[in-house]
Amino acid sequence: MKELNALTLKEALEGLSKKEFTAKDVTKACLLAISLKDPKIHAFLRTISYDIINDTKAAENTLLKSLPVALKDNILTEDFVTTASSNVLSDYKPQYNATIVERLLKAGALLEGKTNMDAWAHGSSTETSDFGPTLNPWDTARLPGGSSGGSAAAVSADLCVAAIGTETAGSIRQPASWCGVVGFKPSYGRVSRYGIVAMASSTDSPGPITKTVWDAAFLLNILAGQDHYDATSLPNGVPDYTANLDESIKGLRIGVPKEYFNGVDGAVSQTVMEAVKHLEKLGCVIQEISLLDPRYSIAVYTIIQRSEVSSNLARYDGVRFGNGRETFGAEAKRRIMLGTYALSAGYYDAYYKKAEKVRTLIVEDFNRAYKEVDLIAGPVSPTTALPVGATKGQSMFGELSDVLVEPSSIAGLAGISVPCGFAKGLPVGLDLMGPKLSEELVLRVAHQYEQSTAWHKEKPKL
Amino acid sequence: MTENGISKEEVKHIADLARLSLSETELSHLADELSETISHINILFELNSRLENLVETNQVSGLENVLREDTVDQKRVLTQEESLSNGKSTHDGFFVVKRILG
Repeated sequence: MKELNALTLKEALEGLSKKEFTAKDVTKACLLAISLKDPKIHAFLRTISYDIINDTKAAENTLLKSLPVALKDNILTEDFVTTASSNVLSDYKPQYNATIVERLLKAGALLEGKTNMDAWAHGSSTETSDFGPTLNPWDTARLPGGSSGGSAAAVSADLCVAAIGTETAGSIRQPASWCGVVGFKPSYGRVSRYGIVAMASSTDSPGPITKTVWDAAFLLNILAGQDHYDATSLPNGVPDYTANLDESIKGLRIGVPKEYFNGVDGAVSQTVMEAVKHLEKLGCVIQEISLLDPRYSIAVYTIIQRSEVSSNLARYDGVRFGNGRETFGAEAKRRIMLGTYALSAGYYDAYYKKAEKVRTLIVEDFNRAYKEVDLIAGPVSPTTALPVGATKGQSMFGELSDVLVEPSSIAGLAGISVPCGFAKGLPVGLDLMGPKLSEELVLRVAHQYEQSTAWHKEKPKL
Repeated sequence: MTENGISKEEVKHIADLARLSLSETELSHLADELSETISHINILFELNSRLENLVETNQVSGLENVLREDTVDQKRVLTQEESLSNGKSTHDGFFVVKRILG
């Protein structure tokens, strides 16, 4: 039998209902795994201590039955330090919970701890954390990706049953891809942003990072839905995302954009194309499509993200909470500066306004594509996990490595990274992108791909 | 300063707008880094001809005019003590701030 910390969420729930073990046993196994393995990868910034876990009987009738879930450290937890991996917030104890934390607690989750990330989520490596990088469980000389690198590494190394991350442009899918786990980015507005340290408010989307697609769908049931504290959250009803995962996918049209394979590592391309062929075997109809060159999205994302960052980080003055502005790290300063420049008089039209026009072009480009196909498939990242130190002196590292996930994030679409094989021993993720609010469809195709392959069962030997 | 470059003086001005105090070394580094980033961004000029008559997209939720009742939500009200709990410098129940008038 598997170690309890290695169970998927579904397996853990089944074991609990058969009374094979208790939720406390699972948490104990996860905390033990953290004490043994986390010193090698630094996925967690802080965890709860085992002595404070109360009797879990009250949670028996809840959805999550007191099972441990890890949270990225930009998600506010009442009275439990939340830093967004920045020295500015090194001792910040929020006075309230994020909406998704309230939802998880109401569903009976046990908050196991907070995971490392790029400071303020500014990056795609977890190397820009003010508290030191997280390392990739598959090869500790490599990075886990980011910004939700701690959450992805924690799931990959079986330090938790499941985790929550946030994505602004790739920050769930890219680390999931590099760490060989499932990362689901919901449509913009599907999951509330209230109580999450804001990065780029017009694209921030919290979502699950899990061991299987079913687990992601189950957590999405809990996370999704309108929140009156977030005016951009969508009022559309939330279906049971696990209900139709096995419904037929025969005849679904999957578009493969040729532009998304330019500059992609050969072994990664090959692995992803084999996954596409597998989808064809499952009955999907594959067709080549053409989309706007994703390189334009790098520029659009850079301008929009930096501008929103400079505005969102303007509130940190060290007066009401946190430390002073002198404690911002180098990457945050760079981003604040470029955003301030792009929004300043004389440049606003040339940069910000132009980027927002190209954003329209990107949205329209996807709308056109989704008239021809139901889903779009491609690689999540042009490479597998890069070596530690890869971000040094690279002021555009994140943007360049997230080139393939930026367009769908800018357009607010749903997307998932599902493990689809290995290139030179390192995990590769298949990105399935659907139209806005196509969560069910994306999850269904990803689930059937996953269940008919064995990639998700591979584990790093840490 | 190159064609697309940002001068050190300009960087200083932006830093003032952003309320960041930067060292001389940081100012020169940032001048180079920002210039490099701008050179990546300039790819958008290739699309100029396709942008005429396009309306800007500043959000993708598709929602308009989201309003709420103008009532106090007791769940979101913090006590004075809670509000001040993260303040590094407080006095008599208030946050201490820098003097802004001469």
